[in-house]
Amino acid sequence: MKIGVMVKNVPDTESKIKLSADRKSIEMQGVKFVMNTYDEFAVEEALQLKEKLGADTTVTVFSLGPERLVETLRTALAMGADAAVHLTDPAFEGGDSIANAKVLAKAAEAEGFDLILGGKQGIDFDSAQTLSAVAEFLGMGQAQVVTDIEVGGDNTSLKVRRRIEGGDEIVDVTLPAIISCEKGLNEPRYASLPGIMKAKKKEIKKLGLSELGLSADEVGAAGSGTQVVGYSPLKERPPVKMLEGGPAEQAKELVRLLREEAKVL
Amino acid sequence: MAIDVSKKGGSFLIAETDPEEVFIPEDFSEEQKMFAKTAEDFVFNEVIANIKKTEAKEEGAMVGLLKKAGELGLLMIDIPEKYGGLELDKATSMLVAEVISKGGAFATTFGGHTGIGTLPIVFFGTEEQKQKYLPRLATGEIVSAYALTEAGSGSDALAAKARAELTEDGKHYVLNGEKTFISNGGFADVFIVFAKINSEDFSCFIVDRDLKGVSIGAEEKKMGIRGSSTVQFILENVKVPVENLLGEQGKGHRIAFNILNVGRFKLGVGCVGGAKLAFDDTMKYCKDRHQFGQPIISFGMMKNKVANMATNIYVVESMSYRTAGLLDEVLSSIDKESAEAANLIMKGIHEYVTECSILKVKGSEMLDYVVDEAVQMYGGYGYIEDYPVERYYRDSRVARIYEGTNEINRMLITGMLIRKAMKGELPLMEAAKRLQGELMEMPSTDDSDNDGLLAEEMKIIRNVKKVGLLTTGLAFQKFTTSLDQQQGVLGGIADIVIEGYSMESAMLRTQKIAAKGEAEAATVINMTRLYVYETIGKVDLWARELLAACAEGDELRTMLAALRRLTRHTPIDTLGLRQEIADTFIDKDKYEL
Ligand SMILES: Cc1cc2nc3c(=O)[nH]c(=O)nc-3n(C[C@H](O)[C@H](O)[C@H](O)COP(=O)(O)OP(=O)(O)OC[C@H]3O[C@@H](n4cnc5c(N)ncnc54)[C@H](O)[C@@H]3O)c2cc1C
Repeated sequence: MKIGVMVKNVPDTESKIKLSADRKSIEMQGVKFVMNTYDEFAVEEALQLKEKLGADTTVTVFSLGPERLVETLRTALAMGADAAVHLTDPAFEGGDSIANAKVLAKAAEAEGFDLILGGKQGIDFDSAQTLSAVAEFLGMGQAQVVTDIEVGGDNTSLKVRRRIEGGDEIVDVTLPAIISCEKGLNEPRYASLPGIMKAKKKEIKKLGLSELGLSADEVGAAGSGTQVVGYSPLKERPPVKMLEGGPAEQAKELVRLLREEAKVL
Repeated sequence: MAIDVSKKGGSFLIAETDPEEVFIPEDFSEEQKMFAKTAEDFVFNEVIANIKKTEAKEEGAMVGLLKKAGELGLLMIDIPEKYGGLELDKATSMLVAEVISKGGAFATTFGGHTGIGTLPIVFFGTEEQKQKYLPRLATGEIVSAYALTEAGSGSDALAAKARAELTEDGKHYVLNGEKTFISNGGFADVFIVFAKINSEDFSCFIVDRDLKGVSIGAEEKKMGIRGSSTVQFILENVKVPVENLLGEQGKGHRIAFNILNVGRFKLGVGCVGGAKLAFDDTMKYCKDRHQFGQPIISFGMMKNKVANMATNIYVVESMSYRTAGLLDEVLSSIDKESAEAANLIMKGIHEYVTECSILKVKGSEMLDYVVDEAVQMYGGYGYIEDYPVERYYRDSRVARIYEGTNEINRMLITGMLIRKAMKGELPLMEAAKRLQGELMEMPSTDDSDNDGLLAEEMKIIRNVKKVGLLTTGLAFQKFTTSLDQQQGVLGGIADIVIEGYSMESAMLRTQKIAAKGEAEAATVINMTRLYVYETIGKVDLWARELLAACAEGDELRTMLAALRRLTRHTPIDTLGLRQEIADTFIDKDKYEL
């Protein structure tokens, strides 16, 4: 089975996010990037499938965007992926989810994957639509927010569980297909030290506009139907106040504060 | 003709170093950062996430973590490839040790296994011993411990009473004795044990736990690192096969001391990891905690502490990786395939034994300072178990005690320098004499460049090193061969030498960073200035004590005049500097440059 995994990196949740002076972009300088949490589940699932299905299964990771993604691709290789592709070209800059999906789909098409995995959403911009758009461009079926994957008898279908309100939905998926991964699917492994050393020797293939056979006006900002015009931060929350004493005292103090400070009673 | 002092341990005292030749944390490769990331993820998600279980000594919890670390390859860093290891450079090994040390008691468990528990076999084992043990130690399949200390012999390790007698058929040694405070003893499979053959020849043995007559005492109830196993190890007529003698009969002291020497730098850099964790937690707490309607971090005295903590971490971090770079440089020329490799590597590391001891002493004292201030900044909550700094405060304390107490290490620092000088390996006395001559010629003017970045601070550092030379030379003249009896003097010299290496290491790193762009280097420049100006006063005080102990009358007066010339400086606004430094860290929320 040929498995493709789409990954990206996002600011570490500990990072402090600052807006540029014009509030139109986020300052990336000094921000630490890590692999998107949900993409980690996707990489792990691909590796587990490879372990289950045997040696003729390959795992290729894909990423679209700036140079810093090389680090994330390298991490996926260190976890055990076989190959990595970095989609990079000045023309790709400023693309929205759909424009990016166009590039990713084109790159995936050339590989002829049986299965494409990815995270259910990026924890940075939360648009959760890239994978669906890739599925659409490739004309593949897709199951989203998946918490369990079982491969069908002759490797032509999957039985997956999707987390829905109040329970799970069980879905049969015909391959080739795209699956978006949810927390609970697995426990992502760490890149082991020997794995990191092996990853150093694996090549990261770079593909740009011309290699993919795309034109500049269908990708990046030029190929995007949406455009971010600004960001506005939430109001900072006032500090938390811990009430002391026994339950009765605490309740009394709470009522007093709600009356006198918050003035909601 | 002058001796080439480059690549000589201790040469920092008499030679100048080019910043570009110093290894600094900013030089880490992508791969080294990935190793660190794996260690960091492991420490936070596995070790710290389970800290309650390990601190309560839940059965199997700690050893389970060690096995998991083994699966990730964290135990194989210093083991040769030939025996299933990775044999990575020392900078990587130290970076991983730094990160692992955020795991509290786990760090002791980890060090007990990978350092003192494994290295004796790496450096002194026969081919058969290496093949038998190293591959399994590398993966964590078996766990090791190091049993040197006894109730009656701690610092004076060679006074051990444990003994070994050869059986009549010459096939076994029969071991008897009791070892105390053995880390990992509760779950180790193999022990590196020191005992005297025929109560005379201090020797070393590899003892498998499952041998008849081996037993373990109860777990010690400790002040800190409670998750680690510390037990008595008892040998009663244990028959150890002769092929398990490690090294030669009567040469056990070489193993005992060399292993501690080569392991020490890891403990030093480990203290940097522990201190960063305490610093980061404290930063977050003090930004959240409000008193008088403000976050407590905004108070000037709190900022003072932030600046001092960060600066001290920076200094020891700089010194750690400078030392890593020195070690990697001597080790890089060794052919790892050669039969002599293990011996050469050990000798290489041993060259920098002074630097390694400095790092151990300075690192552990820095850590205790940082955790102490962390508790203070948490106020009453710092004293309560629910808050992490309470544990950091207890956990840190042992670092000044084990792997050679800081007193023993201070004696080593001065002792090794003098020994090197006596052996003609380091022209220390010549330099001291030259300096005395220089200082007698009036007036001494430092003709070095007086402007440029940190010029004044560099002058102070050069002078501190000279103060080290001056006091060493004078002490040696006065006490000659009985100097090793003068512990007050030895300790005082060690303190000055430690600061010389500390200040210079911070300076070299700062210069290397600033060479890439002074604007980005603002904070490290400030920290370097703060440290230099804060320390010069202490050095002056220590040196005056030393001079008064070594000279009197006119000689003392002349020496004091010379000292004054070396330590003279115009104070700068260190209080203002601290506020500035603190603000940059408060903005970042953590120790990050
Ligand atoms: C948690 C823990 C784990 C340990 N793990 C191990 C282990 O795995 N394996 C092992 O073999 N040992 C281990 N040790 C033992 C440790 O190495 C010793 O405790 C240490 O070497 C000090 O020895 P001591 O306790 O007998 O103190 P002492 O030697 O009695 O020292 C007491 C004080 O006297 C000072 N002193 C002693 N001699 C001199 C001198 N000549 N000049 C000046 N001052 C001096 C010391 O510096 C110290 O301040 C461990 C100890 C602890 C607490």
